Amino acid sequence: MIEIFNIFLMAMLVITALAMVSSRHLFITVMLSGIFSLLVAAIFLFLDAADVALTEAAVGAGISTVLFLGALALMDVEETARGERWVRVSSLVVVAVTTIALVYATFDQPLFGDPNAPINLHVAPWYIENVPVHMGIPNIVTGILGSYRGYDTLGEVFVVYTAGIGVLSLLGDPVKNRMNRPVQNHGLRHYLIPRVVGRMLIPFIILFGLYVQFHGEYSPGGGFQAGALIAAAIILFAILEGENRALNVIPMRVLYLMMASGALLYGGVGVATLFMGGNFLEYTVLGSTMVSGQQWGILLIEAGVGLTVTGVLITIFHAFAARSNL
Amino acid sequence: MDAWSNVVEIISIVFMAIGAFFIFVGGVGALRMPDFYTRMHAASLTDSAGPIFILIGLILHTDSFLVAIKLFTVLVFILITGPTASNALASAALLAGNKPSLAVKQTTAE
Amino acid sequence: MAWVDYFHYWVFAILLMIGFFGVIAKRNLVKKLVGLSIFQSAVFLLYITMGKVEGGTAPIYGITDNTVFSNPLPQVLILTAIVVGISTTALGLSIVVRIKEAYGSIEEDVIHEKDRVE
Repeated sequence: MIEIFNIFLMAMLVITALAMVSSRHLFITVMLSGIFSLLVAAIFLFLDAADVALTEAAVGAGISTVLFLGALALMDVEETARGERWVRVSSLVVVAVTTIALVYATFDQPLFGDPNAPINLHVAPWYIENVPVHMGIPNIVTGILGSYRGYDTLGEVFVVYTAGIGVLSLLGDPVKNRMNRPVQNHGLRHYLIPRVVGRMLIPFIILFGLYVQFHGEYSPGGGFQAGALIAAAIILFAILEGENRALNVIPMRVLYLMMASGALLYGGVGVATLFMGGNFLEYTVLGSTMVSGQQWGILLIEAGVGLTVTGVLITIFHAFAARSNL
Repeated sequence: MDAWSNVVEIISIVFMAIGAFFIFVGGVGALRMPDFYTRMHAASLTDSAGPIFILIGLILHTDSFLVAIKLFTVLVFILITGPTASNALASAALLAGNKPSLAVKQTTAE
Repeated sequence: MAWVDYFHYWVFAILLMIGFFGVIAKRNLVKKLVGLSIFQSAVFLLYITMGKVEGGTAPIYGITDNTVFSNPLPQVLILTAIVVGISTTALGLSIVVRIKEAYGSIEEDVIHEKDRVE
């Protein structure tokens, strides 16, 4: 029975994707992309990927929509040009041929849900078996993300940090952009109901973000989801109260510090384990036993990830918002 | 005890069915209503009446007290944020100049 | 009902190609970015679909009594990929903003025209 629900959700996904690509008005496309991300998050939940569903909902449906809207506010929202006819027809031909080739290839795929598929026989049983033994935490995904595949996560934190630096160098420092404009930005302060309800909700969203951060080892959660949630709370504050007040509450210095110190914390844990006698990012030397060392290591690096993701997402939002000429 | 749990099951199923009906009505209304504001009023059913019944049905259905508390918290948050979103949408539409169709007709009649 | 088994992979192929069509056929730069994000979501769907084990549950000990877990490794990879995807989208959007300020339009034809004239 669950299968039928999954099929229904995926059919809606395809329809949403078609509407997104074919719509002429970019605002509609961005709103549909929020719906698309939420549908993908629901499908992930049905496919037993709880962590991934939380990340996709927080990052895809929340932050990505805000970023697209922030960028759309700086440009026109109607798509005016239509590609020439030969471009569209040849693209359709290429796409159709590739679709047929891909569908033909899917018949060689292992059946959906097969427990003896090659993907489930290689490293995965070893990971599933050894996470409670080596680390003592229930969430296998956090164990693999933090410890067994810790290098990938280190690279990812630095990718997020690089994106923050890249957006800042392209769009300029938000405070300097704001200072060139004498107009006060009031945000939505004249709208009473969203302002009251939003201000009431912001502490709870931050609290939930902190809960998700520290419970990443026991339930779906972790640094990325928590960073996205806390950044969403601060972005809500910036939208409601105006950007100047948001920049007074959390100034850019603090955001720069958050961005850099998260990545520094992660790399610092690795270097500290080098000095303590282990390899790079070998958390075992951080504690008296292997289990406690691993837990300390995962706690510290998840904190680093949360710090960097929060700082970068808020910085990107401020960079877009400060660039406007309003 | 067994009869009581059967009754609770049936009540929870009835509640969820009512909630599903409300969401269906909201969806049909969002498609069939003539004006933006009436469409939004119909769609706001999926934020208020629908989740109330469905979540109460789920609270009655579950065995664990912790899950019931979490569902109740979700219900409280949906009830706070849903109507706020509808209000913000209607204010934004009014400020953008989208007038309700009935209001236009009344002024031209006078 | 063997086609149900393959339905997930077909949806992946269709979504992949919809996103790809958006990237190559559309002239608007933001549309291209949106098409790219659809492409990425299709790839995420493929990985997570391949990791699902029938009768399994989310790979967290102690949530249910079920001891069969879905494969956690694709989920770890896709967690990283989602965050990297949004980082590249943010960078792409800021480049589009700068292009708009420099050329006055985000349609590819207009930008090429301006480049050819100068």
